[in-house]
Amino acid sequence: MQAEDFDPGTELVALEALGGGGIASFTGLVRDDGGLEALHLEHYPAMTQAQVAAVVDEAAARWPLLGVTVIHRFGTLPVGARIVFVGTASSHRVAALESCAFLIDWLKVGAPFWKQAIRKDGGRDWVEAHGADDARAAGWKRQS
Amino acid sequence: MAELTLLYFAWVRERIGAGEERIERPAPGTSIADLLDTLSAKSEGHAAAFADRKRLRAALDQRFVPLDTLIGDAKELALFPPVTGG
Repeated sequence: MQAEDFDPGTELVALEALGGGGIASFTGLVRDDGGLEALHLEHYPAMTQAQVAAVVDEAAARWPLLGVTVIHRFGTLPVGARIVFVGTASSHRVAALESCAFLIDWLKVGAPFWKQAIRKDGGRDWVEAHGADDARAAGWKRQS
Repeated sequence: MAELTLLYFAWVRERIGAGEERIERPAPGTSIADLLDTLSAKSEGHAAAFADRKRLRAALDQRFVPLDTLIGDAKELALFPPVTGG
């Protein structure tokens, strides 16, 4: 959890160095959905650390992983800025891809972050949660 | 006297006008929902923040819990809208 930007290339190289044959990653950016200037991300630091550690442990228990990197930024991030990175390393393609999808789906619904949209006209409003995200995260639970 | 720290995030924090407050730990048997009823009487901001319970989520000692959960001997109660990370 950090305010600063990160370099996905550097993160991927670090995962490659773990010796597995497969690396999967997801990078989330601030999307320009018309009139958006930036997103402000607020979070609950102590709880975020505990929750992310727990879900990374769960991923490691479900898939044979060699390494996991999770980066989530907070603060004010302009359109186009990177918000989140999930990278997984495994000897197996399916394990790397599935665990990466599991982690990002979980971050959407289980990490205590809140996004506020800052519009070009100066207006601000809190982003509403999507029921579809809950459904995706719940889908992983059913398969376990 | 044992204290309970209340933490507020996003629009819950904005409506109350503070991110944190400390109160005396409620009596045994008090649920989060019971406490919200009591807190709503404190100010218009509290009442506005806690009016729509369907859009309110809670974490007790940093674990997500339903609003009917008993507070027990928890030290920290966070109240916030559904999360929107990722």
